[in-house]
Amino acid sequence: MKTLFVTTALCAALPMAALAAEKPETLKIGMTTFLTGPASVFGVPAQEAAKIIVENINAEGGINGVPLEVSFIDEGAGAEALTSEYRRLVESEGVEVMFASISSGNCQTLAPLAEDLQVPNFMWDCGTQKIFEEQDYEYVFRTQANATPEMLAAVIYLLKTKPDFKTIAVVNQDYAWGRDSWNIFSTALKAMKPDVEVVGEFFPKFGAPDFSTEISRLQALRPDVILSTSWGGDLDTFVQQASQRGLTNSSTFVLPLAESSFERLGASLPAGHIVGARGDHYFLHPERREDADFKAFMEEYESRTGQVSVYPVFHTSQAFAALQAAYSKAIEENGVDWPSEEQLLAAMEGLEFQGLGRPVKIREDHQGVEDQMMGTTVQNGDYPFATMKNIMIFDGDDITTPVGEESIEWVSGLDASFIDTVAVDSFEN
Amino acid sequence: MNLTIFLLALFDGIAYAALVFIVALGLTLIFGVMRILNVAHGSLYAIGAYATVALTGFFLSLGLAPALSFPLMLVAAILVGILLGGPIEWLLLRRIYDKPEVLQLLVTFAVFMILEDVQRLVWGTQPYFEARALQALGNVTVFGVTYTVYQLILLPAVALVLLLGLRFFLRRTILGKLITATTEDREAAQSIGIDADKVFLLTFIVGAALGGLGGALASPTTSILPGMGADMIVLSFAVVATAGLGQIEGAALTALMIGLGRSFAVYVWPEVAVLVPYLIMVLVLLVRPEGLFGSPAARKI
Repeated sequence: MKTLFVTTALCAALPMAALAAEKPETLKIGMTTFLTGPASVFGVPAQEAAKIIVENINAEGGINGVPLEVSFIDEGAGAEALTSEYRRLVESEGVEVMFASISSGNCQTLAPLAEDLQVPNFMWDCGTQKIFEEQDYEYVFRTQANATPEMLAAVIYLLKTKPDFKTIAVVNQDYAWGRDSWNIFSTALKAMKPDVEVVGEFFPKFGAPDFSTEISRLQALRPDVILSTSWGGDLDTFVQQASQRGLTNSSTFVLPLAESSFERLGASLPAGHIVGARGDHYFLHPERREDADFKAFMEEYESRTGQVSVYPVFHTSQAFAALQAAYSKAIEENGVDWPSEEQLLAAMEGLEFQGLGRPVKIREDHQGVEDQMMGTTVQNGDYPFATMKNIMIFDGDDITTPVGEESIEWVSGLDASFIDTVAVDSFEN
Repeated sequence: MNLTIFLLALFDGIAYAALVFIVALGLTLIFGVMRILNVAHGSLYAIGAYATVALTGFFLSLGLAPALSFPLMLVAAILVGILLGGPIEWLLLRRIYDKPEVLQLLVTFAVFMILEDVQRLVWGTQPYFEARALQALGNVTVFGVTYTVYQLILLPAVALVLLLGLRFFLRRTILGKLITATTEDREAAQSIGIDADKVFLLTFIVGAALGGLGGALASPTTSILPGMGADMIVLSFAVVATAGLGQIEGAALTALMIGLGRSFAVYVWPEVAVLVPYLIMVLVLLVRPEGLFGSPAARKI
């Protein structure tokens, strides 16, 4: 009788036991980032940030007593090396959560792989809006915005601050991001201001060392506004060459990724141009710069690297904040010591977390809703490089493509009245 | 297309061609003399640029005039030639002249890969920009379009001086004639007492220094960052192959064709600008497989 009772009790307890997981000695994280190649301007700061964040989390006892351990994979090594390293970390090294990746192409390769390997994957930096619009994923989440809100914020800021411009030209890198971002930007612009004329479209090749011809042509065309969603060395070269030759005096530049180039461009990025930061990422974030955690991190990052934080640092902080928040939520909701994978995945939906910027929320389609900051450059002598004034932070809910809709279709259905429906907070600097 | 636009495109094309030519010159010189396609040339270009930025940054921070950047470019180029070119020839290439071409290509490619990592170790991954040399020369305005004197006048002038100087050197000086003789027939040259090893070493140092000079001259106009060498080696190889390997004047003409083709494309049909150098290469090689100026190789028995 006693045996029967014990067995019954055990059987009853089994489903409960199966739900919770054994607490591991360390929580292993894998992070893909560019350590080589042109995109290492983002990847290396992100890696530095990840190291600092992990040290800080571990110093405070890790997640529910479990310390974190991060392994990095170089996205610059090519898609094949990337996928095999990714697989190895998950299958042989016991990595529990993957952060991947910077490149949109890599995100599109790795998202299906994460499903196959059944490993939770946080897309921590890649911009393509297509991932969740074309496919449903169980294991893949994005802890930041995507190209659509990023471009919409740039269009709205431009229309708010310079409503009367007539002509625009674009100089974007000739690869998926350069083409896709222009597609979103131009669709939104045509929808909200149909009388704008596009006078030039240039797609110099990725990594082009010279934009002289494009700049001559732009000087002859004299567009009111020049858009470039380029980044890294390409953006630096373009802006430097444009300012050397006076193009920055005759046209207003709209540079949605320029925040990451401020420090390198120094005095070459003059005042009065529109800049963005792929989210509300700025080392002088108007709402966050007085916060103790923000200040402490900014100081630590700067003292370690000799540079100010750029947006990939913020994106990294958001991925880790999501990780901490998801484990805490899963532990609390299920009353367990350590959550199972199902419990962790369940916790991700609707999760709210806050990294170095404003809080971010994961929607039911796994897309993160992140507010977007835009500003105008100013050279006020506080730093030897451009900073921002007239900052606007747009509400992510209003400018993110609604769940289940396709971005280009949604954006093309907008009109001029949309601008006033977007919630915005303005700051002097 | 009106005359103004034609001229604007012409100026842009020439400025671009000048830089490509200087890099291709070193590559074609080395190939002409040593029959080695030096893939590591791309790294020498990048290191020339990095070295210039480092030297200029250091000396100008001491408060010296920006005009000093110009001699520093030469210093950087010579350092690249002697400190990198010398050891590469002496320690590596010397051992593989009689080996199959595939092996030679692999060895120089390996050197390229190693030097790419060396750049990352020394200079990190963040782009550098050091434009004080360019700013020192100021701007000129032509038809309402502003150009930098550096790109519009200095670069083409340097390219022209190098072209004429190298021609003169190879045809009119003893040392140049020794190099030409070794190129024609190494064994015969050795039999009349020319030290072919020395000639090869010297040629390689000069060729490497030209690669470095290309990088040094490019440095004020562009971001210096990892990967810039790979880009340049592809383009300068297209120039060298189109011209005919080892053809100096051919390289000048081809660089000009590619530069002009690219800049006119930006005005007329920007979508194909990237393709232009390779379209020109394919068209030329279809008609003349040995290159514009190359002659069909005579087989030696």
